[in-house]
Amino acid sequence: MKTYQPIDAFARDAEPEVKASVYSTSKAKYDKRLASLSTGFTAPDDLRKLAGQIKQHTIEHLDQYLEQAVTNLENNGAKVHFASTPEDANQTILGIMQSINASRMIKSKSMVSEEIHLNAFLEKHGLESVESDLGEFIVQLDDDMPSHIVTPIIHKNRRQIATTFEKHGLGDYNDDPETITRRARKYLREKYLEAEVGLTGANFLSAESGRVAIVTNEGNARFSISANRTHIVLLGIEKLVPRDKDLALYLNLLARSATGQQLTVYTQFLNAPKSADQPDGPEQLHVVFLDNGRSEILGGEFKSILRCIRCGACLNVCPVYRQSSGHAYRAVYPGPVGAVLSPLLKSNSYPDFADLPKASSLCGACNEVCPVDIPLPELLLRHRNKSKIEHQKKAAAGTPPLGAWAELCSHPTLWKTTLATGKAMNHLPIDKMPIPPIQAWTHSRELPEFRGGKFRKWFKQRKS
Amino acid sequence: MSRSNIFQSIQQATQSIPAEAKTPLPDWKPGDLQSAFTPQDQADLWEVFKDRFIAVNGKVIEDTSEFQDILQSEPGSKLYVDPLVFQSIQPLAEGMNLEICQTFDVDHVDDYPISVTLAAGIIAETGTVIIKENQTSSRLSALAPWTHITLVDKRTTVYATLLDAISDLADDPYVVFITGPSKTADVEGILIEGVHGPGEQICLRI
Repeated sequence: MKTYQPIDAFARDAEPEVKASVYSTSKAKYDKRLASLSTGFTAPDDLRKLAGQIKQHTIEHLDQYLEQAVTNLENNGAKVHFASTPEDANQTILGIMQSINASRMIKSKSMVSEEIHLNAFLEKHGLESVESDLGEFIVQLDDDMPSHIVTPIIHKNRRQIATTFEKHGLGDYNDDPETITRRARKYLREKYLEAEVGLTGANFLSAESGRVAIVTNEGNARFSISANRTHIVLLGIEKLVPRDKDLALYLNLLARSATGQQLTVYTQFLNAPKSADQPDGPEQLHVVFLDNGRSEILGGEFKSILRCIRCGACLNVCPVYRQSSGHAYRAVYPGPVGAVLSPLLKSNSYPDFADLPKASSLCGACNEVCPVDIPLPELLLRHRNKSKIEHQKKAAAGTPPLGAWAELCSHPTLWKTTLATGKAMNHLPIDKMPIPPIQAWTHSRELPEFRGGKFRKWFKQRKS
Repeated sequence: MSRSNIFQSIQQATQSIPAEAKTPLPDWKPGDLQSAFTPQDQADLWEVFKDRFIAVNGKVIEDTSEFQDILQSEPGSKLYVDPLVFQSIQPLAEGMNLEICQTFDVDHVDDYPISVTLAAGIIAETGTVIIKENQTSSRLSALAPWTHITLVDKRTTVYATLLDAISDLADDPYVVFITGPSKTADVEGILIEGVHGPGEQICLRI
């Protein structure tokens, strides 16, 4: 139907199985989040606001905090790199690998590495790069894209995974989740030990100490920081918090908002290369900061999106996400946060993603659950305004033409006449008429009876 | 090149915000974060830790024979004992059909079904065991075995809250807070333990 926005069309055509699994998993996560926040704290809303303010302060003073973090990282023995674009970041990582003649990398889950399409880049240069998060590993085997920030294979079921494992020689078909997990454990353990380089993202970086905080439930980041001689931390420039004590606040909020846990199973703090008498772990620690448009976002009306800590709570609560799944957003970051961020990233083109901010009912639930209180509905509205001013074609998809309506509204006599004839509509078979906007409405709803003109009548007769 | 460009771009952005419009850094006190951690909990931090560690599917052992039962479940295998806890563990493991090792061979990480290392700290509030670089002789020994046991003794610092523990990280290069066994829910949201790290996370106090 002509009136569909791209995301509506995606949701309409999505497999019922995918829709059911996205809906039930995201709803379950939302319920767990609520329970863990309300039993953990008497005033969780105050913490959310506090966390939002600290992050907002940090990005508004990012030059100072970044300088401080870099100085501390370098004093701790890390080598710091900066990358303006995904291409720069990929080249930097390739350069690090080549400098030590490395051919294999083991990766922990990192959304920034998805943003720069690191795996494809390294493979193109003949290097192996293996995802070690179970979900990301399955995504990589399928040559697929993650569809959620925290649970990348929310769109897949066990039968699909079993088929993938069989196809890639990881054993005969078996769709028992425990067997799937054990097979991955065995296979990836060898990969950890073979790889010369480990790569992780960063959940937070404390400017005060240069300490990187990384969380995983599976233990894959721990392996990537223990089994290899060279470690790379890849992160966006906005990942900073001012003080170590702030880590306690954000770690509490992140685990609860993402998975409903009080604390993620492995919460680790990486401060420097390994100590001299420690046999395991990196002798070289590299930290790669990616910009990719973030510094431009910082200067404009969307800067508060840089507070985001990638918990995925706004995805889980969003009625549009639940109905359409992450792939409908056609980008690395799905859901409400993706609808704001994707059009702005330098590696994306604004016109291509200008429809995403329309993929929201503006119900406000995303703002209510956001652990850093990002005003997502407001940012979505700003995008809509920007798109309208710039005449972005994609942003107008699914919007019925309103020219005739505007004429009507600006001519009182015409308006009055139309109201009078409007009543006649109640006797016409409107739902059978081949007018797409009306059909789109009557397809799933009943058109209410036309009752126009009453206000004018009342207004005329009232005593002043 | 990238570095100066990025800094320049960030400076341009931050300087475009008028000073009076900038958000000040809010300060917060420990109490703001601990509202559900009631004062009576502080009375016996070990008991609180125990409850919460068990709640995240960790195991707590306070009885020598229970510990020995676990060791006996893997007859004929290698038992890794960190040199830092050897004195306490060796007498308990002696005479069992186990090869006690004080070095962890990274070429054969799967040869050790059980390892015992020192708990540098525990956190009561979250049911967390802390391992630190300078109190763990081999990182992989605390990660690769299916069963990882941490010994709590007088060297173990007991923290009431997560904030207390984070305030005491000092300049240790690598600290891990362990809150239960390694786990995933990636496949259809079903909880499976022992993904890459230990499937059994045990805290031993004898």
